[in-house]
Amino acid sequence: MAAELHVELVAADRSVWSGEATLVIARTTSGDIGVMPGHQPLLGVLESGPVTIRTADGGTVVAAVHGGFISFADDKLSLLAEMAELADEIDVTRAERALERAKAEADAAAERRADVRLRAAAVPG
Amino acid sequence: MGAQLRVYKRRIKSVSATKKITKAMEMIAASRIVKAQRQVAASTPYASELTRAVTAVATGSNTKHPLTTEVEQPVRAAVLLVTSDRGLAGGYSSNAIKAADKLTERLRGEGKEVVHYVVGRKGVGYYSFRERPVAASWTGFTDSPTYADAKKVADPLIEAVLTDTAEGGVDELHIVFTEFVSMMTQTPVDKRLLPLTLDTTEAEDEAAKDQILPLFEFEPSDEAVLDALMPRYVESRVYNALLQAAASEHAARRRAMKSATDNAEELIKSLTRLANAARQADITQEISEIVGGASALADATAGSDR
Repeated sequence: MAAELHVELVAADRSVWSGEATLVIARTTSGDIGVMPGHQPLLGVLESGPVTIRTADGGTVVAAVHGGFISFADDKLSLLAEMAELADEIDVTRAERALERAKAEADAAAERRADVRLRAAAVPG
Repeated sequence: MGAQLRVYKRRIKSVSATKKITKAMEMIAASRIVKAQRQVAASTPYASELTRAVTAVATGSNTKHPLTTEVEQPVRAAVLLVTSDRGLAGGYSSNAIKAADKLTERLRGEGKEVVHYVVGRKGVGYYSFRERPVAASWTGFTDSPTYADAKKVADPLIEAVLTDTAEGGVDELHIVFTEFVSMMTQTPVDKRLLPLTLDTTEAEDEAAKDQILPLFEFEPSDEAVLDALMPRYVESRVYNALLQAAASEHAARRRAMKSATDNAEELIKSLTRLANAARQADITQEISEIVGGASALADATAGSDR
Protein backbone atom coordinates (compact mmCIF):
# COMPACT_ATOMS: atom_id res chain seq x y z
CA MET A 1 0.00 0.00 0.00
CA ALA A 2 1.28 3.36 -0.92
CA ALA A 3 1.57 5.10 2.40
CA GLU A 4 2.62 8.36 0.92
CA LEU A 5 0.87 11.09 -0.94
CA HIS A 6 2.38 13.69 -3.17
CA VAL A 7 1.78 17.25 -2.03
CA GLU A 8 2.00 20.40 -4.10
CA LEU A 9 1.59 23.62 -2.18
CA VAL A 10 1.33 26.42 -4.72
CA ALA A 11 0.68 30.11 -4.35
CA ALA A 12 -0.58 32.27 -7.19
CA ASP A 13 2.87 33.40 -8.22
CA ARG A 14 5.13 30.53 -7.20
CA SER A 15 5.36 26.96 -6.07
CA VAL A 16 5.89 27.04 -2.31
CA TRP A 17 6.54 23.43 -1.34
CA SER A 18 6.25 20.04 -2.93
CA GLY A 19 7.17 16.56 -1.79
CA GLU A 20 5.94 13.32 -0.27
CA ALA A 21 3.89 13.29 2.90
CA THR A 22 1.98 10.90 5.12
CA LEU A 23 -0.59 13.32 6.51
CA VAL A 24 -1.83 16.76 5.63
CA ILE A 25 -4.02 18.80 7.93
CA ALA A 26 -5.75 21.88 6.56
CA ARG A 27 -8.63 24.06 7.59
CA THR A 28 -11.62 24.10 5.26
CA THR A 29 -14.67 26.29 5.67
CA SER A 30 -16.44 23.45 7.45
CA GLY A 31 -13.61 22.57 9.81
CA ASP A 32 -10.18 21.01 9.98
CA ILE A 33 -9.59 18.10 7.70
CA GLY A 34 -6.83 15.54 7.73
CA VAL A 35 -5.92 13.78 4.52
CA MET A 36 -3.98 10.55 4.48
CA PRO A 37 -3.04 8.37 1.53
CA GLY A 38 -6.03 6.61 0.02
CA HIS A 39 -8.50 9.33 0.96
CA GLN A 40 -11.59 9.77 -1.15
CA PRO A 41 -11.17 12.33 -3.98
CA LEU A 42 -11.87 15.66 -2.37
CA LEU A 43 -12.22 19.26 -3.37
CA GLY A 44 -12.65 21.80 -0.64
CA VAL A 45 -12.48 25.49 0.07
CA LEU A 46 -9.76 26.51 2.51
CA GLU A 47 -10.05 29.03 5.27
CA SER A 48 -7.20 31.24 6.30
CA GLY A 49 -5.24 29.00 8.59
CA PRO A 50 -2.11 27.01 9.16
CA VAL A 51 -1.54 23.91 7.07
CA THR A 52 0.45 21.09 8.64
CA ILE A 53 2.23 18.58 6.44
CA ARG A 54 3.85 15.48 7.95
CA THR A 55 6.52 14.61 5.48
CA ALA A 56 7.49 11.08 4.52
CA ASP A 57 10.80 11.33 6.39
CA GLY A 58 9.07 12.20 9.65
CA GLY A 59 9.47 15.95 9.58
CA THR A 60 6.77 18.57 9.77
CA VAL A 61 6.19 21.47 7.44
CA VAL A 62 3.90 24.24 8.57
CA ALA A 63 2.65 26.96 6.28
CA ALA A 64 0.28 29.87 6.67
CA VAL A 65 -2.31 29.75 3.91
CA HIS A 66 -4.71 32.56 3.14
CA GLY A 67 -7.72 31.42 1.17
CA GLY A 68 -7.61 28.82 -1.53
CA PHE A 69 -8.49 25.22 -2.23
CA ILE A 70 -7.51 21.72 -1.36
CA SER A 71 -7.88 19.09 -4.00
CA PHE A 72 -7.02 15.45 -3.62
CA ALA A 73 -7.20 12.60 -6.09
CA ASP A 74 -5.07 9.53 -6.85
CA ASP A 75 -2.80 10.15 -3.87
CA LYS A 76 -1.94 13.56 -5.26
CA LEU A 77 -2.86 16.49 -3.10
CA SER A 78 -2.72 20.08 -4.24
CA LEU A 79 -3.12 23.04 -2.01
CA LEU A 80 -3.87 26.16 -4.01
CA ALA A 81 -3.54 29.40 -2.14
CA GLU A 82 -3.62 32.99 -3.19
CA MET A 83 -0.96 33.57 -0.60
CA ALA A 84 1.07 30.95 1.19
CA GLU A 85 4.13 31.19 3.38
CA LEU A 86 6.20 28.50 5.01
CA ALA A 87 6.62 28.91 8.76
CA ASP A 88 10.34 29.63 8.51
CA GLU A 89 9.74 32.30 5.86
CA ILE A 90 7.47 34.27 8.14
CA ASP A 91 8.91 37.42 9.63
CA VAL A 92 7.55 37.25 13.18
CA THR A 93 8.21 40.86 14.10
CA ARG A 94 6.54 42.05 10.93
CA ALA A 95 3.55 39.82 11.51
CA GLU A 96 3.30 41.10 15.10
CA ARG A 97 3.37 44.65 13.87
CA ALA A 98 0.73 43.83 11.25
CA LEU A 99 -1.42 42.24 13.97
CA GLU A 100 -1.21 45.34 16.16
CA ARG A 101 -1.98 47.61 13.24
CA ALA A 102 -4.92 45.46 12.19
CA LYS A 103 -6.26 45.51 15.74
CA ALA A 104 -5.92 49.28 15.87
CA GLU A 105 -7.73 49.69 12.58
CA ALA A 106 -10.27 46.98 13.43
CA ASP A 107 -9.50 45.27 10.13
CA ALA A 108 -10.77 41.77 10.84
CA ALA A 109 -9.35 40.18 7.67
CA ALA A 110 -5.88 41.60 8.17
CA GLU A 111 -5.98 40.67 11.85
CA ARG A 112 -6.82 37.10 10.97
CA ARG A 113 -4.06 36.94 8.36
CA ALA A 114 -1.46 38.19 10.81
CA ASP A 115 -2.78 35.86 13.51
CA VAL A 116 -2.53 32.86 11.21
CA ARG A 117 1.01 33.81 10.30
CA LEU A 118 2.04 34.07 13.91
CA ARG A 119 0.44 30.79 14.84
CA ALA A 120 2.09 29.01 11.92
CA ALA A 121 5.45 30.45 12.91
CA ALA A 122 4.95 29.40 16.55
CA VAL A 123 4.52 25.68 15.71
CA PRO A 124 7.87 23.95 16.12
CA GLY A 125 8.83 22.76 12.67
CA MET B 1 35.85 73.42 -41.81
CA GLY B 2 33.32 73.63 -44.58
CA ALA B 3 29.72 74.42 -43.74
CA GLN B 4 28.53 71.16 -45.29
CA LEU B 5 30.94 69.10 -43.25
CA ARG B 6 29.87 70.80 -40.04
CA VAL B 7 26.23 69.93 -40.75
CA TYR B 8 27.09 66.27 -41.30
CA LYS B 9 29.19 66.11 -38.14
CA ARG B 10 26.31 67.53 -36.13
CA ARG B 11 23.85 64.99 -37.52
CA ILE B 12 26.22 62.09 -36.85
CA LYS B 13 26.52 63.24 -33.26
CA SER B 14 22.78 63.42 -32.75
CA VAL B 15 22.19 60.04 -34.39
CA SER B 16 24.87 58.43 -32.19
CA ALA B 17 23.19 59.87 -29.12
CA THR B 18 19.87 58.35 -30.23
CA LYS B 19 21.59 55.07 -30.93
CA LYS B 20 22.99 54.97 -27.42
CA ILE B 21 19.49 55.42 -26.00
CA THR B 22 17.87 52.78 -28.20
CA LYS B 23 20.72 50.36 -27.49
CA ALA B 24 20.21 50.85 -23.76
CA MET B 25 16.45 50.32 -24.08
CA GLU B 26 17.06 47.19 -26.11
CA MET B 27 19.30 45.77 -23.43
CA ILE B 28 16.90 46.65 -20.61
CA ALA B 29 14.02 45.06 -22.49
CA ALA B 30 16.08 41.94 -23.20
CA SER B 31 16.88 41.48 -19.52
CA ARG B 32 13.26 42.03 -18.55
CA ILE B 33 11.95 39.41 -20.97
CA VAL B 34 13.80 36.74 -19.05
CA LYS B 35 12.34 37.98 -15.77
CA ALA B 36 8.85 38.13 -17.24
CA GLN B 37 9.20 34.64 -18.68
CA ARG B 38 10.30 33.36 -15.31
CA GLN B 39 7.21 34.90 -13.76
CA VAL B 40 5.00 33.24 -16.33
CA ALA B 41 6.65 29.92 -15.52
CA ALA B 42 6.26 30.50 -11.78
CA SER B 43 2.53 31.13 -12.13
CA THR B 44 1.97 28.04 -14.26
CA PRO B 45 1.63 25.42 -11.47
CA TYR B 46 -1.15 27.41 -9.80
CA ALA B 47 -2.96 27.99 -13.09
CA SER B 48 -2.78 24.37 -14.18
CA GLU B 49 -3.85 23.01 -10.78
CA LEU B 50 -6.72 25.47 -10.74
CA THR B 51 -7.77 24.50 -14.26
CA ARG B 52 -7.75 20.88 -13.18
CA ALA B 53 -9.93 21.67 -10.19
CA VAL B 54 -12.35 23.72 -12.30
CA THR B 55 -12.59 20.92 -14.82
CA ALA B 56 -13.30 18.49 -12.02
CA VAL B 57 -16.14 20.59 -10.66
CA ALA B 58 -17.54 21.50 -14.05
CA THR B 59 -17.69 17.88 -15.16
CA GLY B 60 -18.31 16.27 -11.79
CA SER B 61 -21.32 18.25 -10.66
CA ASN B 62 -24.59 19.19 -12.22
CA THR B 63 -24.95 22.48 -10.41
CA LYS B 64 -26.03 25.42 -12.47
CA HIS B 65 -23.77 28.32 -11.72
CA PRO B 66 -23.99 31.76 -13.34
CA LEU B 67 -20.32 31.53 -14.19
CA THR B 68 -20.55 28.25 -16.04
CA THR B 69 -23.96 28.23 -17.70
CA GLU B 70 -24.40 29.69 -21.10
CA VAL B 71 -27.17 32.27 -21.40
CA GLU B 72 -29.57 31.52 -24.21
CA GLN B 73 -29.76 35.06 -25.47
CA PRO B 74 -26.54 36.84 -24.54
CA VAL B 75 -27.15 40.59 -24.53
CA ARG B 76 -23.92 42.05 -23.28
CA ALA B 77 -20.30 40.99 -23.46
CA ALA B 78 -17.31 42.40 -21.61
CA VAL B 79 -13.99 42.71 -23.41
CA LEU B 80 -10.82 43.15 -21.40
CA LEU B 81 -8.03 44.59 -23.52
CA VAL B 82 -4.43 44.41 -22.34
CA THR B 83 -2.06 46.99 -23.81
CA SER B 84 1.14 48.62 -22.60
CA ASP B 85 1.74 51.77 -20.58
CA ARG B 86 4.66 52.93 -22.67
CA GLY B 87 5.21 53.16 -26.37
CA LEU B 88 8.37 52.44 -28.35
CA ALA B 89 7.41 48.81 -28.67
CA GLY B 90 6.68 48.65 -32.37
CA GLY B 91 3.17 47.54 -33.21
CA TYR B 92 2.61 45.87 -29.85
CA SER B 93 -0.24 48.00 -28.52
CA SER B 94 -1.85 48.79 -31.85
CA ASN B 95 -1.95 45.12 -32.79
CA ALA B 96 -3.72 44.27 -29.53
CA ILE B 97 -6.14 47.17 -30.06
CA LYS B 98 -6.82 46.00 -33.59
CA ALA B 99 -7.58 42.49 -32.35
CA ALA B 100 -9.96 43.95 -29.76
CA ASP B 101 -11.70 46.02 -32.44
CA LYS B 102 -12.14 42.95 -34.58
CA LEU B 103 -13.59 41.01 -31.67
CA THR B 104 -15.89 43.92 -30.82
CA GLU B 105 -17.16 43.99 -34.38
CA ARG B 106 -17.77 40.26 -34.35
CA LEU B 107 -19.68 40.44 -31.07
CA ARG B 108 -21.73 43.38 -32.32
CA GLY B 109 -22.47 41.35 -35.46
CA GLU B 110 -23.85 38.65 -33.19
CA GLY B 111 -26.15 41.25 -31.69
CA LYS B 112 -24.34 41.72 -28.41
CA GLU B 113 -23.63 44.96 -26.67
CA VAL B 114 -19.94 45.32 -25.88
CA VAL B 115 -18.53 46.79 -22.68
CA HIS B 116 -14.83 47.65 -22.71
CA TYR B 117 -12.31 47.26 -19.93
CA VAL B 118 -8.83 48.48 -20.72
CA VAL B 119 -5.42 47.87 -19.16
CA GLY B 120 -2.48 50.09 -20.13
CA ARG B 121 -2.11 53.76 -20.94
CA LYS B 122 -1.87 53.18 -24.71
CA GLY B 123 -5.25 51.51 -24.87
CA VAL B 124 -6.81 54.10 -22.58
CA GLY B 125 -5.44 56.87 -24.81
CA TYR B 126 -6.82 55.18 -27.92
CA TYR B 127 -10.30 54.91 -26.47
CA SER B 128 -10.43 58.36 -24.91
CA PHE B 129 -9.19 59.99 -28.15
CA ARG B 130 -12.02 58.34 -30.06
CA GLU B 131 -14.41 59.14 -27.23
CA ARG B 132 -15.44 55.54 -26.84
CA PRO B 133 -16.82 54.67 -23.43
CA VAL B 134 -14.70 52.48 -21.19
CA ALA B 135 -16.27 50.76 -18.19
CA ALA B 136 -13.01 50.68 -16.24
CA SER B 137 -9.32 51.08 -16.92
CA TRP B 138 -6.10 50.37 -15.10
CA THR B 139 -2.62 51.72 -15.72
CA GLY B 140 0.80 51.64 -14.16
CA PHE B 141 1.66 47.95 -13.84
CA THR B 142 1.95 46.50 -17.34
CA ASP B 143 5.75 46.22 -17.00
CA SER B 144 5.65 43.72 -14.17
CA PRO B 145 2.15 42.86 -13.01
CA THR B 146 1.63 41.27 -9.60
CA TYR B 147 -1.17 39.02 -8.46
CA ALA B 148 -2.66 41.94 -6.54
CA ASP B 149 -2.90 43.87 -9.83
CA ALA B 150 -4.65 40.95 -11.49
CA LYS B 151 -7.09 40.81 -8.57
CA LYS B 152 -7.78 44.51 -8.97
CA VAL B 153 -8.58 43.98 -12.65
CA ALA B 154 -10.57 40.79 -12.16
CA ASP B 155 -12.81 42.00 -9.30
CA PRO B 156 -15.05 44.37 -11.30
CA LEU B 157 -15.18 41.83 -14.13
CA ILE B 158 -16.44 39.08 -11.86
CA GLU B 159 -18.89 41.51 -10.33
CA ALA B 160 -20.18 42.43 -13.79
CA VAL B 161 -20.63 38.77 -14.66
CA LEU B 162 -22.52 38.07 -11.44
CA THR B 163 -24.82 41.08 -11.92
CA ASP B 164 -28.14 40.47 -13.64
CA THR B 165 -28.14 41.34 -17.32
CA ALA B 166 -31.16 43.58 -16.81
CA GLU B 167 -29.21 45.61 -14.26
CA GLY B 168 -26.22 46.15 -16.50
CA GLY B 169 -24.39 42.90 -15.94
CA VAL B 170 -22.61 41.02 -18.70
CA ASP B 171 -23.22 37.52 -20.02
CA GLU B 172 -19.83 36.86 -21.52
CA LEU B 173 -16.29 37.77 -20.66
CA HIS B 174 -13.60 37.98 -23.30
CA ILE B 175 -9.98 38.88 -22.90
CA VAL B 176 -7.65 40.23 -25.58
CA PHE B 177 -3.94 40.11 -24.91
CA THR B 178 -0.69 39.42 -26.69
CA GLU B 179 0.40 35.85 -26.34
CA PHE B 180 4.08 35.23 -25.88
CA VAL B 181 4.86 32.51 -28.41
CA SER B 182 8.61 32.96 -28.58
CA MET B 183 11.26 35.65 -28.44
CA MET B 184 10.48 36.54 -32.03
CA THR B 185 6.75 35.90 -32.24
CA GLN B 186 4.01 37.45 -30.16
CA THR B 187 0.47 37.23 -31.43
CA PRO B 188 -2.57 39.08 -30.16
CA VAL B 189 -5.29 36.60 -29.22
CA ASP B 190 -8.84 36.84 -27.95
CA LYS B 191 -10.13 34.24 -25.55
CA ARG B 192 -13.48 33.73 -23.96
CA LEU B 193 -13.10 33.24 -20.23
CA LEU B 194 -16.73 32.96 -19.26
CA PRO B 195 -19.04 31.25 -19.51
CA LEU B 196 -16.70 28.38 -19.28
CA THR B 197 -16.53 26.26 -22.36
CA LEU B 198 -14.35 23.29 -21.83
CA ASP B 199 -13.20 23.23 -25.42
CA THR B 200 -11.81 26.74 -25.25
CA THR B 201 -9.62 26.05 -22.22
CA GLU B 202 -6.62 23.84 -22.01
CA ALA B 203 -8.72 21.85 -19.60
CA GLU B 204 -9.86 19.61 -22.37
CA ASP B 205 -6.38 18.44 -23.25
CA GLU B 206 -5.65 17.72 -19.64
CA ALA B 207 -8.93 15.95 -19.14
CA ALA B 208 -8.24 13.86 -22.21
CA LYS B 209 -4.87 12.96 -20.79
CA ASP B 210 -6.29 11.97 -17.43
CA GLN B 211 -9.02 10.02 -19.19
CA ILE B 212 -11.60 9.66 -16.42
CA LEU B 213 -11.76 12.24 -13.70
CA PRO B 214 -12.35 10.84 -10.23
CA LEU B 215 -15.65 11.45 -8.50
CA PHE B 216 -14.89 14.24 -6.08
CA GLU B 217 -16.35 14.82 -2.70
CA PHE B 218 -16.99 18.52 -2.31
CA GLU B 219 -16.31 20.29 0.91
CA PRO B 220 -18.59 21.98 2.03
CA SER B 221 -20.77 21.65 -1.10
CA ASP B 222 -20.26 21.78 -4.83
CA GLU B 223 -22.02 25.16 -5.12
CA ALA B 224 -19.84 26.65 -2.43
CA VAL B 225 -16.74 25.26 -4.10
CA LEU B 226 -17.80 26.71 -7.45
CA ASP B 227 -18.60 30.04 -5.85
CA ALA B 228 -15.10 30.20 -4.43
CA LEU B 229 -13.35 28.59 -7.37
CA MET B 230 -14.67 30.69 -10.24
CA PRO B 231 -13.39 34.11 -9.13
CA ARG B 232 -9.97 32.57 -8.44
CA TYR B 233 -10.06 31.00 -11.88
CA VAL B 234 -10.80 34.34 -13.55
CA GLU B 235 -8.13 36.03 -11.46
CA SER B 236 -5.54 33.46 -12.36
CA ARG B 237 -6.47 33.69 -16.06
CA VAL B 238 -6.22 37.48 -15.95
CA TYR B 239 -2.92 37.20 -14.09
CA ASN B 240 -1.57 34.81 -16.69
CA ALA B 241 -2.72 37.12 -19.48
CA LEU B 242 -1.08 40.13 -17.82
CA LEU B 243 2.18 38.24 -17.37
CA GLN B 244 2.22 37.00 -20.95
CA ALA B 245 1.38 40.49 -22.17
CA ALA B 246 4.27 41.89 -20.13
CA ALA B 247 6.68 39.36 -21.60
CA SER B 248 5.37 40.14 -25.10
CA GLU B 249 5.68 43.86 -24.49
CA HIS B 250 9.33 43.52 -23.53
CA ALA B 251 10.01 41.25 -26.48
CA ALA B 252 8.29 43.66 -28.87
CA ARG B 253 10.19 46.59 -27.39
CA ARG B 254 13.47 44.74 -27.66
CA ARG B 255 12.81 44.03 -31.32
CA ALA B 256 11.70 47.59 -32.08
CA MET B 257 14.73 49.00 -30.31
CA LYS B 258 17.05 46.56 -32.05
CA SER B 259 15.86 47.69 -35.46
CA ALA B 260 16.08 51.33 -34.32
CA THR B 261 19.68 50.72 -33.27
CA ASP B 262 20.43 49.01 -36.58
CA ASN B 263 18.88 51.89 -38.49
CA ALA B 264 20.90 54.40 -36.50
CA GLU B 265 24.06 52.47 -37.30
CA GLU B 266 23.16 52.47 -40.97
CA LEU B 267 22.45 56.18 -40.86
CA ILE B 268 25.74 56.91 -39.13
CA LYS B 269 27.56 54.90 -41.77
CA SER B 270 26.02 56.75 -44.70
CA LEU B 271 26.41 60.10 -42.97
CA THR B 272 30.08 59.35 -42.32
CA ARG B 273 30.52 58.57 -46.02
CA LEU B 274 28.86 61.87 -46.93
CA ALA B 275 30.96 63.73 -44.38
CA ASN B 276 34.14 62.15 -45.81
CA ALA B 277 33.12 63.16 -49.31
CA ALA B 278 32.37 66.68 -48.12
CA ARG B 279 35.76 66.88 -46.39
CA GLN B 280 37.49 65.56 -49.50
CA ALA B 281 35.62 68.09 -51.63
CA ASP B 282 36.74 70.85 -49.26
CA ILE B 283 40.35 69.73 -49.53
CA THR B 284 40.15 69.41 -53.30
CA GLN B 285 38.67 72.85 -53.53
CA GLU B 286 41.34 74.28 -51.27
CA ILE B 287 44.11 72.67 -53.32
CA SER B 288 42.64 73.89 -56.56
CA GLU B 289 42.34 77.36 -55.04
CA ILE B 290 46.00 77.30 -53.97
CA VAL B 291 47.16 75.91 -57.27
CA GLY B 292 45.01 78.36 -59.16
CA GLY B 293 46.27 81.22 -57.01
CA ALA B 294 49.88 80.14 -57.37
CA SER B 295 49.65 79.80 -61.14
CA ALA B 296 47.91 83.19 -61.37
CA LEU B 297 50.75 84.66 -59.29
CA ALA B 298 53.32 82.88 -61.44
CA ASP B 299 51.65 84.20 -64.56
CA ALA B 300 51.64 87.69 -63.13
CA THR B 301 55.34 87.63 -62.17
CA ALA B 302 56.21 86.05 -65.50
CA GLY B 303 54.40 88.92 -67.14
CA SER B 304 56.26 91.62 -65.16
CA ASP B 305 59.65 89.96 -65.86
CA ARG B 306 59.19 90.35 -69.54
